[in-house]
Amino acid sequence: MRAVATTTLIKGARSTRSTIALKLLMAASGIVFILFVLAHMYGNLKAFSGEMAYNEYAEHLRTFGEPMLPYGGLLWILRIVLLGSLVAHVGSAVALSIRAHAQRPVKYAVKKNKASSLSSRTMRWGGVALLLFVVWHLLQFTIVKVNVGEGGQTPQITENPYQLLINAFQPEQWWMVLIYLASMLALAFHLHHGTFSAIQTLGFTNTAESRARARVAGWVVAIVVAGGFSLVPLFTVFGVIS
Amino acid sequence: MKLTLKIWRQANASDKGALKTYELDGVSQDMSFLEMLDLLNEQLLHNDEEPVAFDSDCREGICGMCSLMINGEAHGPEVTTTCQLHMRSFKDGDTITIEPWRAASFPIVKDLIVDRSAFDRIIQNGGYISANTGSAPEANSVPAPRDKAMRAFNTATCIGCGACVAACPNGSASLFLGAKITHLGELPQGQPERYSRVQSMLAQHDHEGFGGCTNIGECASACPKEIPLDVISQLNKDLRNSMILG
Repeated sequence: MRAVATTTLIKGARSTRSTIALKLLMAASGIVFILFVLAHMYGNLKAFSGEMAYNEYAEHLRTFGEPMLPYGGLLWILRIVLLGSLVAHVGSAVALSIRAHAQRPVKYAVKKNKASSLSSRTMRWGGVALLLFVVWHLLQFTIVKVNVGEGGQTPQITENPYQLLINAFQPEQWWMVLIYLASMLALAFHLHHGTFSAIQTLGFTNTAESRARARVAGWVVAIVVAGGFSLVPLFTVFGVIS
Repeated sequence: MKLTLKIWRQANASDKGALKTYELDGVSQDMSFLEMLDLLNEQLLHNDEEPVAFDSDCREGICGMCSLMINGEAHGPEVTTTCQLHMRSFKDGDTITIEPWRAASFPIVKDLIVDRSAFDRIIQNGGYISANTGSAPEANSVPAPRDKAMRAFNTATCIGCGACVAACPNGSASLFLGAKITHLGELPQGQPERYSRVQSMLAQHDHEGFGGCTNIGECASACPKEIPLDVISQLNKDLRNSMILG
């Protein structure tokens, strides 16, 4: 319970300090992530074209833009943009969550959810789950190359992106496939509401029709991204990609 | 009808408060929800107990004074205000939980009555059109396109009851704010102050402690006047434009 009700009117309002400014920051950084996962998902599908195509794509990401950019330059630019977006996204989420909790210190004894989707109600914890997944995913494939499969730490595997992938999703490590599929389900949930919410926050849903289109966009992005990502571990564990 | 009522009782703003259970017999299906509470209060007075304090005024669904979270739904199960909700929406033997709006910006005065003057201050801080007083101008001298006029009328139906805040898990008043911004922003008279209005009203909204919107849509489904979610998009758009143009 708040001690005193305020009676003051705010003068000299600054829109950049508002809750909507935080939401705009969250929407803009979210769109950076949507573009990134779309590109990342596309790159992963190269696994269906075989070892040569997959590794060539990985190498090309590093030589992209040479000689204007140094070797790996594009990847470092992307990493900096993504890291900046992550700070903005998580920072505004934390600030808005704290506000929301402070606004309802006494919970309802009975509260029905009538219009909100399950995905919209799981954004905060779903986001935390995705962050944990990203940490593990980077440790596994980029930073340490923790590889749980047989001979996982040999250079033949750690220096070969395709082999690293194959090794990670062998049937002996079926639980690894489950971790990835569960994470993609979490990603689908987050994208389903996140895509719609970003479009609404940016102010592009001013009619019932445009709002319905934004909802469809949420479904499409969620299914395409999470579905596309899931194909690779699934087809690897069943031996189609080998 | 015989009902079991679980009602939030709180003596004053600093009291802790708790749900108290009452049995009420002789409820007619034709009674409004507030008349049912009147019946309960008569019974309480008869037994020398403190009657339940709740807000009401017009009892016609147009003033925005009544409130109440009924079985976890703002204004109960129908799309209307609590005063226009009738007991035929409930069954004999039902248990009904009645709570006040829960938001730090709407402090409880007593029992089910909350102080919604935070909404008044949001309106005070720019939710109007500055105009010189005098005789009313000729109505047709400022043409308003029909679509815009209709949208302004539809959003102007907001009665400021606070159901949107009560239903929102973030305790955001974005639907209320969006309705006011859209209502004034669609009309020619609202244009000169359009961008300063959205900035100062939003600053007041934030200052009062209301939460940010997460676009989940609980507010629009709770709104007795069926204000659609797109007013929040309009609010966001006006704020975005005000950052560049204002």
